[in-house]
Amino acid sequence: MVHAGHIPDAVTGARAVPIYQTTSFVFDDAEQAAQLFELKQYGNIYTRISNPTTAVLEERLASLEGATGALATASGMAAQLVTFLTLLQAGDEIVASSQLYGGSITQLVHTLKKFSIGVRFVDPSSLAEWEAAITPKTRALYGETIGNPRGAVLDIARVAALAASRGMPLIVDSTMATPALCRPIEHGATIVVHSATKFIGGHGTALGGVLLDSGKFDFSRYPSIAAPSPAYHDLRFFDTFGHYGFLMKARAETLRDTGACISPFNSFLLIQGLETLSLRMERQSASALRVARFLEGHPAVAWVAYAGLPSHPDHALAAKYLPKGAGAVFSFGLKAASGSEGRAAGRKFIEGLQLFSHLANIGDVRSLVIHPASTTHQQLSDEELARGGVSPELIRLSIGLENAEDLLWDLEQALPAP
Amino acid sequence: MGPGTGAACAITLNSALTPAQQRLYQDPLVIQRLLRDTRTIAIVGLSTDPQRASWFVASYLKKEGYTIIPVNPKADRILGEKAYPDLASIPVPVDMVEVFRPAAECLEVARQAVAIKAKALWLQLRLVNIEAAELAARAGLDVVVDRCVKMEHGRYFGGLHWAGMNTEIISARKARPR
Repeated sequence: MVHAGHIPDAVTGARAVPIYQTTSFVFDDAEQAAQLFELKQYGNIYTRISNPTTAVLEERLASLEGATGALATASGMAAQLVTFLTLLQAGDEIVASSQLYGGSITQLVHTLKKFSIGVRFVDPSSLAEWEAAITPKTRALYGETIGNPRGAVLDIARVAALAASRGMPLIVDSTMATPALCRPIEHGATIVVHSATKFIGGHGTALGGVLLDSGKFDFSRYPSIAAPSPAYHDLRFFDTFGHYGFLMKARAETLRDTGACISPFNSFLLIQGLETLSLRMERQSASALRVARFLEGHPAVAWVAYAGLPSHPDHALAAKYLPKGAGAVFSFGLKAASGSEGRAAGRKFIEGLQLFSHLANIGDVRSLVIHPASTTHQQLSDEELARGGVSPELIRLSIGLENAEDLLWDLEQALPAP
Repeated sequence: MGPGTGAACAITLNSALTPAQQRLYQDPLVIQRLLRDTRTIAIVGLSTDPQRASWFVASYLKKEGYTIIPVNPKADRILGEKAYPDLASIPVPVDMVEVFRPAAECLEVARQAVAIKAKALWLQLRLVNIEAAELAARAGLDVVVDRCVKMEHGRYFGGLHWAGMNTEIISARKARPR
């Protein structure tokens, strides 16, 4: 967390990671310039493609995830999109868990549709559904380590084995777990994506995303990575770059062409966050468990969905994949509150909170609260909401670094009296 | 980022070799010594196609200051250098023989490498022939198997890091100027 990816430079010896706030980099000579553009030399050309500050963030995350390399992007949504646009072509399909962040669902359903890429959603707990949804057009499987917002835990090893048996990669969004709680590559995932905006940054100061490759998937027969690429004078990325093929293509083509690059200053802020990641995850998960237990025992609360509680259907999976803690985000519902009455009760509760900030983010050092049905998941149809487990009364909490006693006090005073 | 202190970490990722074979044929100390001391590299199977991996590696090594000698019976010159049909035809001493040919041909290349008294045999990434490796090692050559010489050079001299890749190097020491 504090060393990987950064060696103090030979000239200044600066211990902290320097911020290379520059758009472009001077070439040694004309020959080197040409070779850089042909990818025959390593080096920096333009910050849209690579940057030395961002490279520290990338290598450090790769080291933490046990990945062969990483590519940082403007946001988590950009990381997903760069992954999809690198792997998939018009006519391809992806099979995805229905238990995803609302923005991921709209990206898959609506934005990828514009590229003629199809998506089929499945109940992530049913291997039979995953299997049945795979067609000859399917090129990848997609799920979240910990689903947002109901806390469904993906059985990564089983879904990864299915993906491997069909010659396709499993892509896992591990934003809610971070490498401090779970390393999906160790369980067979090929590609891991994160919204680094959340726990990795941790302080709510910078947006960023990252995609990481295990380097273990054989892309030699995977069309978009193995075939000569018309976007890079017929370069065969897998043949030329081996286990770096997917990431090189994602950087040299997809990031180049979408412009979804991260700012070097944001990379710096996310690196500061990374330095305390495991400490924060440990503390925030422990506090989340305390808060979840408190709510489960409260008479005004109908249900709590936290995989760290024995009452959660995926508690056994959490014990396997998340032994250090089931994360710091979970949801609950108020009792006797359905339909419009439920929304009103939820609003009253949120407005009564003093310490929880009402905003659309998770993973901050400050505790956060939101009502997804009217905010983050608002663009989804009723059917999509139901499939994602987002009921109208659902309230999502992200537990921060405050003293847990203070959080319990705040919740108690804001919850309706029994 | 520069070469730093070097082998703070073992290189473990992305190899078809067993851990025991990795210790024998992917020793980070041997790799760093070869990158530092080698001057002349004969590249067996260097392609005439600029989009092949062998061309990427050879052009990189040439730019980094190594003398490259193409070995390709179907070519006269590659990357401006005279090509030879086989190792035995090369009139100058060769430090390292680097191989971009199918695994089945590696044993014969290893015999030739021993015969011309090369100091090292390097079988490129995804190229595994343990018999060839053992033959060369028994004759006293340094042997590297299933690694890319460009990636390894980039690992220790900073380029691989710039590409966002996991170099597996961890060091709190100031980098050494190149």
